[in-house]
Amino acid sequence: MAGSLNGRTPLLETKGVSKAFGPVQALSRVDFDVYPGEVIALVGDNGAGKSTLIKGIAGIYAFDEGQILFDGGKVNIHGPRDASDLGIEVVYQDLALADNLDVVANMFLGREWTQGMPASTDSHEAPTGISRFARNLMPLSEIEMEKRAVSTLDELAVTTLNSVRLPVSSLSGGQRQSVAIAKAVLWNSKVVILDEPTAALGVAQTRQVLNLVRRLAEKKLGVVVISHNLHDIFEVADRITVLRLGHKVKTYIAKETDQQEVVHAITAGQVSSVPGMTQ
Amino acid sequence: MTDIIQESDASVQSALLASQTAQTPGEYMRAMGKRIRSGDIGTLPIILGLVLIAIIFQSANQNFLTPRNLVNIVIQMAAFAVIGYGMVYVLLLGEIDLSVGYVSAVGGVSTAILLRDSLTNPALSWMDWWNVIPIALIITTAIGFLHGFIITTFQLPSFIVTLAGLLAWNGVVLMIVGDGGTVNVQNPVVRNLASEVLPPIWSWIIIGLFIGLLTLLEILTANTRRKAGLRAKPMPIIIGQLVIMAAIGAFVAYIFNINRALTDAAPPQQGMPVIAVILLVLLMALTFVAERTRFGRYVYAVGGNKEAARRAGIRVERIRVLVFMISGLMAGMGGIILASRLKSVATDTGGGNLLLYVIAAAVIGGTSLFGGRGKVVSALLGALVVASVENGMGLLNVSSGVKFVVTGLVLLAAVIIDALSRRSQQTT
Repeated sequence: MAGSLNGRTPLLETKGVSKAFGPVQALSRVDFDVYPGEVIALVGDNGAGKSTLIKGIAGIYAFDEGQILFDGGKVNIHGPRDASDLGIEVVYQDLALADNLDVVANMFLGREWTQGMPASTDSHEAPTGISRFARNLMPLSEIEMEKRAVSTLDELAVTTLNSVRLPVSSLSGGQRQSVAIAKAVLWNSKVVILDEPTAALGVAQTRQVLNLVRRLAEKKLGVVVISHNLHDIFEVADRITVLRLGHKVKTYIAKETDQQEVVHAITAGQVSSVPGMTQ
Repeated sequence: MTDIIQESDASVQSALLASQTAQTPGEYMRAMGKRIRSGDIGTLPIILGLVLIAIIFQSANQNFLTPRNLVNIVIQMAAFAVIGYGMVYVLLLGEIDLSVGYVSAVGGVSTAILLRDSLTNPALSWMDWWNVIPIALIITTAIGFLHGFIITTFQLPSFIVTLAGLLAWNGVVLMIVGDGGTVNVQNPVVRNLASEVLPPIWSWIIIGLFIGLLTLLEILTANTRRKAGLRAKPMPIIIGQLVIMAAIGAFVAYIFNINRALTDAAPPQQGMPVIAVILLVLLMALTFVAERTRFGRYVYAVGGNKEAARRAGIRVERIRVLVFMISGLMAGMGGIILASRLKSVATDTGGGNLLLYVIAAAVIGGTSLFGGRGKVVSALLGALVVASVENGMGLLNVSSGVKFVVTGLVLLAAVIIDALSRRSQQTT
């Protein structure tokens, strides 16, 4: 699938985005694109700008310059809400799950379906005033939510969970990661960004999660994986974008490169300028 | 790359759904046993504790388990339970409200003073119990709002802010009550709130309705879930629960309806105290809010992982302010109940160990001090334990020194159980 990129519109594209934190140029004119149905890995050493790029796309902060295109159209992302309204979901490394709540409650957290209101799969509805107040005191539609959670987990073939009514605190690391990913795709999202999804997981659980990542791509989502583990990346990614010192070194097609070449790019890739020194 | 997708998707499709539906009573019991072993002990310790308390005090004093004394315990526990309902919400957030004792006093004292002044001051003659009680509750809810507002605006620990509240509202109570020292509650409705009983037939009707409603809800939920192909509570379990609840309920109604008068010549005293009905209604309403609404879900989420809640778009600060308002509201209700039970308010109202009894009630009932775990009903069960211990020691005429030590030990035991069950939950 990686070879068939020509002529297609990227789902998500950044053109020449930059970001500086005071005197530190964290990101310099980076082009990055994600196509539907592919897994693209974002690699680089610490401080290469991976997180900065992701957080800019997710709306945590704004880029200083450059454009974000979604489905070929220019978009303005001013906050996390804007990003999730577009269908961009980020699964952060710390997962952001409430341990004391069960799987269903976590997957729907902040967007619970309530009775007397139409269930919607839109990420956010924004009723105001009295209706919002009333909605917060309406009975939850537990059964509909549970069915939806189960079917989403089924679609992703997450089979290791015994029950979706177990508190998340009783799940293993791989199961938690699966729940966090399922939560991200529950809302008809189009791009899922995974930050170090296999960090701190055992061998079997890493495999589980990598399988899940592939399955997201099969469902025609654009998947971005940030990882330090090149072995995992070569197992799962179609393309690999290497960042170094805030610049993009190159995007490799995974089948046409090897670990050695990528490691070289990460550690000694040619960048046109040293950030903070020029301009 | 493709070799990692080994399992065929068709075979795993809906395996999870299948595992959700198959459930027999045996499986249900095993799952419950597993939950208990994993640290989710629920109300188990409290039932054992109550049995222990009953045995100890009954063997020391024959009057402990008489119908008259059991009804006394219900009336004694009412204020602890009502204030404790609010405290459960605060503890679920992982916060604490140390001011509830004196905030409850503000509620009780303003009720008593306004009712007293309405008799003498022509400008206040429009006041009666039915508008004074809401006014007092609005005042204490506003106090809760103030605490929550300060905590969230200045990002201060609730411990410190409500500690300041504890002192300040104590001062306010002293100032309002003034030199008189004591204000009697003269309004008959407020005065009898804690002692009024319903005709005996109502004991059966109300307890029957309560149990019937709970069972009906369980059956409806189980049926809808089964139809939707989800794991449902098996019918035999629901019927088993109904039988147990009906037995306990019938016993309680029977106790309520035994004549409690001290002599045969006295007019008969029997029936369910109105206050018990209030406790049940508040319990159902607050349990519904905590467990069946978005708001309640958000309270648990903030207590479990504040950052996750924030990222999910929950307005965390608003939830915190609302919870402190609930705490103020419930403290106000508790204060009015307390004023009614004592028939008066004084400068020391809301002091003593009221605050500690309330926290003890919530924690003994199984609500965690560390946030995110607990139920509203824990305040009711815990209040029953606390009131039983206090009542039992009163019957034994032990000194207040001994009372404090014993209550302290009971609280300590509850906190240790909480910490242990939390630890075992984390290690699973």
